[in-house]
Amino acid sequence: MFITDAYTNFVSQSPEYPRFLVAGESALLVELGNSIDTATNDQVLQLDSALQQIPKMGILETIPAYRSLLIIFDPILQTHDAVMEVVEEALAQCVSDAALPQAAREWTIPVVYGGAHGFDLAHVAGHCGRSEADVVALHAGATYRVFMIGFNPGFPYLGGLTPELYIPRRPVPTPHVEPGCVIIGGGQAAITSVATPTGWYVLGRTPVRAFDLGRQNAPFLFRAGDVIRFHPISQADHDRLLATEHGGAICREGATA
Amino acid sequence: MSAQCLIAIATPPLATIQDAGRRGWMRWGVSGSGAMDIEALAAGNALVGNAWHEAAIEFAWIGGEWEIAARCCRLAITGGNFRLSVDGIVRPPYVSLDLRRGQRVRIEGAPNAVWGYVAVQGGFNVPELLGSRATLLRAKLGGVDGRTIEAGDALPLREGVIPHSPTRALPIPLKRSWQEIRVLLGPQDDHFPRTTLSNFAAEDWQVTNRIDRMGYHLSGPKLVHGEKGANIISDGIAVGSIQVPASGQPIALMRDCQPTGGYPKLATILSCDLGRLAQIRPGSTLRFTPVSRVMAAHLHREFTNRLADLDRQARAPRGVFVRRRGSIGELIGAMAG
Repeated sequence: MFITDAYTNFVSQSPEYPRFLVAGESALLVELGNSIDTATNDQVLQLDSALQQIPKMGILETIPAYRSLLIIFDPILQTHDAVMEVVEEALAQCVSDAALPQAAREWTIPVVYGGAHGFDLAHVAGHCGRSEADVVALHAGATYRVFMIGFNPGFPYLGGLTPELYIPRRPVPTPHVEPGCVIIGGGQAAITSVATPTGWYVLGRTPVRAFDLGRQNAPFLFRAGDVIRFHPISQADHDRLLATEHGGAICREGATA
Repeated sequence: MSAQCLIAIATPPLATIQDAGRRGWMRWGVSGSGAMDIEALAAGNALVGNAWHEAAIEFAWIGGEWEIAARCCRLAITGGNFRLSVDGIVRPPYVSLDLRRGQRVRIEGAPNAVWGYVAVQGGFNVPELLGSRATLLRAKLGGVDGRTIEAGDALPLREGVIPHSPTRALPIPLKRSWQEIRVLLGPQDDHFPRTTLSNFAAEDWQVTNRIDRMGYHLSGPKLVHGEKGANIISDGIAVGSIQVPASGQPIALMRDCQPTGGYPKLATILSCDLGRLAQIRPGSTLRFTPVSRVMAAHLHREFTNRLADLDRQARAPRGVFVRRRGSIGELIGAMAG
């Protein structure tokens, strides 16, 4: 009774991708897969970039995520069907073009682990049955990929955490953590970008700010596709780097992911 | 030379600067923000002769007290049937008020609203950040240094000239059809069995007291998830999405909602009904009515036209509203100006 014909036609129950989903009168969600992996995420970024190169009236903004792209449009100028056609067209262009739209950047992010700044390090070590030094070595020894930016301004969702550090989220979230907290939860890792509540565990703190409006040319430090490594530093280094513009972040352009 | 200001004498809860919101920054994790009740913002702006999307003060529950620190200021209160007075003399909402230096506006509550707006002619001279003056508290972004307006704040006004135009008025939205909120099903309606979808549309939903600019928690019969479960891989969120976490109690995601998230979203509220939902007070009930995509697009167009037409309506000679929908409140609103 409430599912109209138009709606039924629109949503295919087939497991194949792309899958188009209606997200209100002014948004279309395009799913390109159902897993968190680099290949699917690359496709999302390619589709996003291809869409930006097809000048199409009425597409207002896009939100790339792990395996999907949300397209916000003006329903006075566009319909779901028309946007879907634009996406098909853009996807056709993507197939031959395997390179990421923007070359990945490789970041080295300094972190002071444990102590007052990493107040959950001992708990995580206990949960994982390792020493604190092991946890630091495991966390700083991995290579992470920024899959998406979201939740908070400039907040990078990172993949690449070693399964040895997987830990269920807190039963009760910590009401307030500062920007720059290096956190893990579930199988994910991240760096807080603004003061926020979090259900994840805080391993340390970086002087690097993922979001800073004062950096006028780059308020958002990371972008999807970037590669991140963490580098342990001392409390004294942290305090010294805090005064610098990029907080000691080292960026290598054109790295291969 | 003293700056033209509106001074906050007593500040209401959650007073922030809001406009029509930011566009294009959700991909960077920045919520769109903007007025909880866009139509009320547009009405306020129409009453003081601004573009409909100009920034105004948004407040919750009661409007506090404000003093004019300018030679003069045309100002209007909208959002609901707010009780207000100027220097102790009762004045109506939804009418333009021409005030002079030292005059104080005191705004109490409204029986039929949560969010109210104080619009001033010319708008507030606060900086535009990422393309908008809207405040996003979570990111300490926009408005007055990214925070709520506090007592003692002097909000700079952009214009302080005596308006020579006649008083403007608009009908007070007394009798809104609270009970029906129209939605489009999806994006993740396939996470729910058919019985859940019918329950969603058939049952009454009560607005709980967990409401804020991010989301409205609703209570009602438990919405059971299907075999796909209560989690999805985080994806982009459209404003107005109704997400259903494992508890089975839906949350309507409002203007400051996180731009990405990992709960299945059963339906999405139409933009024309999102402001009406925002104004439903805790304890009141509503129903969701799914509509077709064609109908949704039609309603969107109608809503956009209605916003654009407010300016013309506000200029119309007083008394004209009596004939339109003919409620007593509209008549009073029109006469009291």
